[in-house]
Amino acid sequence: MIRISNVSYAIAGTTILEDIDLAIPSGGVTALIGPNGAGKSTLLSLIARLLPLSSGTITLDGLPVDRTPTRALALRLAVMAQEGSVASRLRVEELVGFGRFPHHRGRPRAQDQAAVAEALALFDLEALADRFVDTLSGGQRQRARVAMAYCQGTDYLLLDEPLNSLDIIYARALMRTLRRIADDRGRTIVVVLHDLNHAAAHADRIVALREGRLVADGPTGEVMTTATLQRVFGDTIPVAEVDGHRIALHFV
Amino acid sequence: MAERGWTSPKARLLLLAAGAALSVLAFMTVGLKGGLAFALELRAVRLAALVEVAVAVAVSTVVFQTITGNRILTPSIMGLDALYSLLQALAVFTLGGLGYAMLPATAKFLGEAGLMALLGTALFLPLLSRRGDIPTLLLAGVVLGVLFRSLSLMVARLIDPNEFAIVQSARYADFNTLDATLLVPCLGLTGLGTLLVWRARHVLDVMALGREAAVGLGVAWRRSATALLVLVGALTAASTALVGPVAFLGLLVVALAERTVGTVRHGPLLLGAMLLAVILLVGGQTILAQLLDNVLTLGIVIEFFGGLAFLILITRRRR
Repeated sequence: MIRISNVSYAIAGTTILEDIDLAIPSGGVTALIGPNGAGKSTLLSLIARLLPLSSGTITLDGLPVDRTPTRALALRLAVMAQEGSVASRLRVEELVGFGRFPHHRGRPRAQDQAAVAEALALFDLEALADRFVDTLSGGQRQRARVAMAYCQGTDYLLLDEPLNSLDIIYARALMRTLRRIADDRGRTIVVVLHDLNHAAAHADRIVALREGRLVADGPTGEVMTTATLQRVFGDTIPVAEVDGHRIALHFV
Repeated sequence: MAERGWTSPKARLLLLAAGAALSVLAFMTVGLKGGLAFALELRAVRLAALVEVAVAVAVSTVVFQTITGNRILTPSIMGLDALYSLLQALAVFTLGGLGYAMLPATAKFLGEAGLMALLGTALFLPLLSRRGDIPTLLLAGVVLGVLFRSLSLMVARLIDPNEFAIVQSARYADFNTLDATLLVPCLGLTGLGTLLVWRARHVLDVMALGREAAVGLGVAWRRSATALLVLVGALTAASTALVGPVAFLGLLVVALAERTVGTVRHGPLLLGAMLLAVILLVGGQTILAQLLDNVLTLGIVIEFFGGLAFLILITRRRR
């Protein structure tokens, strides 16, 4: 369980998050949605202790994220932040292997190698294992980064816009894989998504932010309504139902 | 995954080690004349000093480049050795030439090295929020370097001309007149610093991925970066104290090491950079002194090629 209480965050006087109170239950896929600048990435970074918490508390299974040793947290929570600089001259297998660092601190054992092999297979990266990361396309690199976070083998997996630069087939494959990881292995996955329909199709819960405030939090079916989406995005988005799937018609 | 045979990092490191051993052997034996024991002892002391400088420069450069997220900037390009010269000028100025000369050399050096580690960390820690932003870091380095050099020049003008000679001797890279009194403390400090960096080599691998990725993988970024910057400051002091500032040596050896060893892992990279620095300094000194009869000084040759490497790296950085 991730419990967020009274969290506010400001950068140079500009409020990014205001009074967020939220509980993300263990297990399942939770999607974080909202318009640009809503504070989704900031919230994710605060949970993952990538940004310093200035007010409020965030706990992970009861552990305060800002006061728990970062190494102990790395065994419980893995995070894929939005792409920063890309490490050059690293092979895909090496990059994914870094996910095991919290477990072996530099001396990989047999079970670490097995975990890397499993992650490469799961994210369809076996053919790319020996390629240098800086020779990959954006989408391939994105998959390698998700595989690295998965490889960390933690109960909680936080992903910031993992579908960035993935084509439609790989985007769907990745969401299905996340779904499977959550269902079969009991992992808790929190994912920032831009595409409402991926959230609708694969997430159990949707948390919606707007201008730094929490506007919706509930089971996917309850959030995926025209009325709620109106409150989140400030515009009318028709929602249709096709073959039992809620679909936001945001492109018409 | 890893290449085997003569192209594997291990084989390349062995070749470098052979090259370094050959350089050391040549340095000790070529052109020996006169009293053998005396000449060998003299050479052994100078060899130890050259190796110490090579290791200190190589290790501090690799560490600095990894924490600041680039392979172009080095502690000396950022003005850290100019800071050391400034500290020395200030010490001479406040204590007087005689007072400065009368201080025990080891205590003086350790004090300066400690101050360097402190000041260097205080200066560069705030810059780490700009990690990977090379133009900004470069600008900061140029400004800091000019500032320290002008300040030590200004202090030098305030000093008595006789005492100025003491400062002057510490300002230029000079591989012929080494300060032998400092050899033992410098060797000790470099050994200790290198050992600590070696133990952190896996953490350095992770830190090379960037702050966010490293924190996600359980590396206490701020604590590790601070500790490593302290080591960079101490190692820079240990090399500057012996031969004076060498701006581009670190840049040259790390750039060459990365291409020769062919991996970005810090274990092989550190070893490769150290071995290449030994080849460059010890081998270079042998060639210049024995074959070319000292028509050029090693400092100038290294600055020339290092400067070229710097320009090439800067102009080719297009990503």
